[in-house]
Amino acid sequence: MMARIPADVAQRGLAGMSGEQMKIDVEQNEASVVLTPHGEIDLSSSPELRESLLSALRGNPSKLIVNLCKTPYMDSSGVATLVEAMQKAMRSQTKLVLCGMEDKVRSIFEIARLDAVFTIVDDTDAAQTV
Amino acid sequence: MSQSSAKPDGIHLRLEMLSQPRYLSGARELVAAVAKRLGFTEQACGQIALAIDEALCNVMCHGYGRDPNGVIWLSIEPLGGHAPDNGATGIKVVIEDEAKQIDPAKIKSRDLDDVRPGGLGVHIIHEVMDSVCFQKRETKGMRLSLEKRIDDDGADSGGCCTEGACGHER
Repeated sequence: MMARIPADVAQRGLAGMSGEQMKIDVEQNEASVVLTPHGEIDLSSSPELRESLLSALRGNPSKLIVNLCKTPYMDSSGVATLVEAMQKAMRSQTKLVLCGMEDKVRSIFEIARLDAVFTIVDDTDAAQTV
Repeated sequence: MSQSSAKPDGIHLRLEMLSQPRYLSGARELVAAVAKRLGFTEQACGQIALAIDEALCNVMCHGYGRDPNGVIWLSIEPLGGHAPDNGATGIKVVIEDEAKQIDPAKIKSRDLDDVRPGGLGVHIIHEVMDSVCFQKRETKGMRLSLEKRIDDDGADSGGCCTEGACGHER
């Protein structure tokens, strides 16, 4: 099932002031959910990613894949969002996998020394097999 | 701008913005574009933009407590020469605000072994930039001065504090 949905508008803090919605593709099958955010993830857009991640985790999938191939930029608010999701996923026995990272995005995980904390693979095919 | 007409304060470009996340993208793209013209590599430009983004986020979230009406000034100047035909040796970015003042010595990155959401901004800034100096402004608010030098290959020159009295640790 493939559905392209705009993430719910998160009105926490200043997020709702951006005037733009981040598009996040949601692909769901029996065992996993794949989220593909489109666009830059910063303080303006990370609340929308957070809403989508939490929504996906509420379905208790065995695996949640975040495909970052359409994400050219991420700051620490995006990383914090993913850390929060990873911790929630661990508590609910969901495996969180990141894939499709551009070098520019990967570098922030390396700077924050989180590249070894997350499961990071090249693409969605690899993510399905880990 | 000729060398003789360079402004006494050294600032070549100054941006005034409200403390709203929707302006982060424009601010970091501006800094990245200037850094590119000064001779930084694409990778270094991206990292400088990230550091500026993190610094602005800190002002918005912690300085102004997410008040969208706060004012932030972002100033850019090249290091190593003010004339347009002089090769720059780096970039200096100064971020000023009128938010609450805090002791610069207390602005430190957290323990990265404690994996939790948030608190990475100061670490990233220190990791990317060569010089990081937090100061209280004379009247109100804070001033953050950031410098990054261009290596011979235009790449990241690593980071170390060149400001001795900043009250911060790397």
